Amino acid sequence: MAMANDAPAKIDVKAAEAGPLRKYAPLLGVAIIVFYCLAPFYWMVVSALRRPTDQFENSIIPTTWSLTNFTDVFKPGTGFGRALLNSLLVAGTVTILTLIIGMVAAYTLARLEFRFKNVVLAIIITTSMFPGISLVIPLLKLFIDIKWINTYQAMIVPSLSFALPLAVWTLTTFFRQMPRELEQAAMVDGCTPAQAFYKVILPLAAPGVFTTAIITFIAAWNEFLIALSMINKKELQTANVVISQFTGASGRDQPFGSQMAAGVVVTIPLVIAVLIFQRRIVAGLTAGGVK
Amino acid sequence: MSASNAVAQRPPAQTGKVRKTTFNEGTGRLAALLLSPTLIVLVLVVVYPILSALRESLYTSGQRIDESGFVIKGSEFVGLDNYAAIFSGETGERFWNAFYNTTFFTVTCVVLETVLGVAMALVMHKAFKGRSIVRASILVPWAIPTVVSALLWKWIFQADGAANALLGTQILWSTEGWQSVLSVIVADTWKTAPFIGLLVLAGLQTIPDEVYEAAKVDGASPFQTFLKITLPLVKPALLVAVLFRILDTLRIFDLPFVLVGPNKQSVETLSILAYLEANQTRYGPAAAYATLLFLYVAVVAFVFVKLLGADVLGDAVQKKKSKKGKDRDSAPPGVAMGSAAGMSGVGSGV
Repeated sequence: MAMANDAPAKIDVKAAEAGPLRKYAPLLGVAIIVFYCLAPFYWMVVSALRRPTDQFENSIIPTTWSLTNFTDVFKPGTGFGRALLNSLLVAGTVTILTLIIGMVAAYTLARLEFRFKNVVLAIIITTSMFPGISLVIPLLKLFIDIKWINTYQAMIVPSLSFALPLAVWTLTTFFRQMPRELEQAAMVDGCTPAQAFYKVILPLAAPGVFTTAIITFIAAWNEFLIALSMINKKELQTANVVISQFTGASGRDQPFGSQMAAGVVVTIPLVIAVLIFQRRIVAGLTAGGVK
Repeated sequence: MSASNAVAQRPPAQTGKVRKTTFNEGTGRLAALLLSPTLIVLVLVVVYPILSALRESLYTSGQRIDESGFVIKGSEFVGLDNYAAIFSGETGERFWNAFYNTTFFTVTCVVLETVLGVAMALVMHKAFKGRSIVRASILVPWAIPTVVSALLWKWIFQADGAANALLGTQILWSTEGWQSVLSVIVADTWKTAPFIGLLVLAGLQTIPDEVYEAAKVDGASPFQTFLKITLPLVKPALLVAVLFRILDTLRIFDLPFVLVGPNKQSVETLSILAYLEANQTRYGPAAAYATLLFLYVAVVAFVFVKLLGADVLGDAVQKKKSKKGKDRDSAPPGVAMGSAAGMSGVGSGV
């Protein structure tokens, strides 16, 4: 995402000399896009903040604000708190594993010259295109045989299938953007290639690695099919699965209020992370270079 | 970025031979060593399951009762029986229905998302005020887990929900029929169109202003400029984004499964069908469905890359020979690639 160079440095001459309609049309467009993106999200937040009794109210702002839906979600018996921890554990482990394994591969692909490099790249990108269900069904059978059903590793290992290609790709483009002179300078100063990577590249690539970590984490956090297939014990289910099967603490048949509250709880950390990740990406692209 | 990129991409045409520095000496073995963890993991979690599914699809499994009334456990080789069963009779109808649904969702959603995404990118490119707000808000649908967005749209499309209130209708959206198909399409488009917009915007920003100025001098209309300049120049970034969206939508699962529900004929996709079969411990047929879906995805990807020449590897591949030195400026494919891969991973549950 080349968002670094979109700082409003340029002056749009055309907009300046055009009439008011031309001047304000882009602004209107921006307003429409923002509305399009945020209106459903806003509706989720607002619905979560209504009283359960006002659930079917369609006013834009709740007549009575209430946190009952949120306290409902965390009542004992819903298993939502535990599910959040499970999600965090699975997505966190997937992210860390992926970064450790993928970083070495990405650096190799970005820097070393060797035969079959394009083949390896093609293989890695191809694996990310395979439909999840084609992997889940045989793995499900395998995990039944080796008694992995209802374990964390049954969610973590299959998740590597999409997380690893994703991380390798993102990291490869990040490493590639870093000038080779960095390592060369380090090696002139007496570093081995491994030291050059460890002492010079890695610290400079930190924003890129961090960005990759967030993208991978979001991907793993959003995963549904694997978690749904591999786990049937309530205590091990991830937040996504629990929310989709929510029956509500108070036993209403359509607990949309609680579901929206649970959705807000699951989403808000991601939205915050994305806002931070925005700045990181800009910083990552502008910082780590040789002038 | 383009400045540092130009430095990063060493001109390979310096000498005709492969440039050997001390850094690259004897790298074949080192590369193999460093790449092996990633490749081993991918073989274990991707290649092995695919082959295993192929094998599995030739067996029946689970418990059956044989002619004399004994319970048989374990699998039995049945050759192509599972596939024959898929293409015939009632299961055949169900399969073709799922196949049609999957294809319909893919075509409709991707076309809508591409058109909306490009429109959004053009607007964002023109806008100078509120750009940071628009960029932040565009990432919100992308960051929301598909399951949560499915529930959100289920809530909006509730009988007495916001959609009916806004439209002044009384449609039962999440029941069988066109309305449930429409609700899935709306939810999918909402979630992914902004991200296509983001990718296309990245492509747009690499087009130099001079090109537009030249077009203006030559008297091109805005529409001509868009058709003859903007579109061809963002094509690499756009094609990759579209390819990933197509492959993503072909495996669509979460959205219809949560928004409408399982066992709904009008939104049952191949992924859902395979999942339901596996859930009934009918692994043989499930594996057959999964294999067919895999083949379908592979064929679509192959045809797309061959016909349209999508540069999937993009900037991550060092070009053997730089074509007229033009490649040095063409950052968008690689840039888009990183984010397209990001989208594919994130959306993989769609």
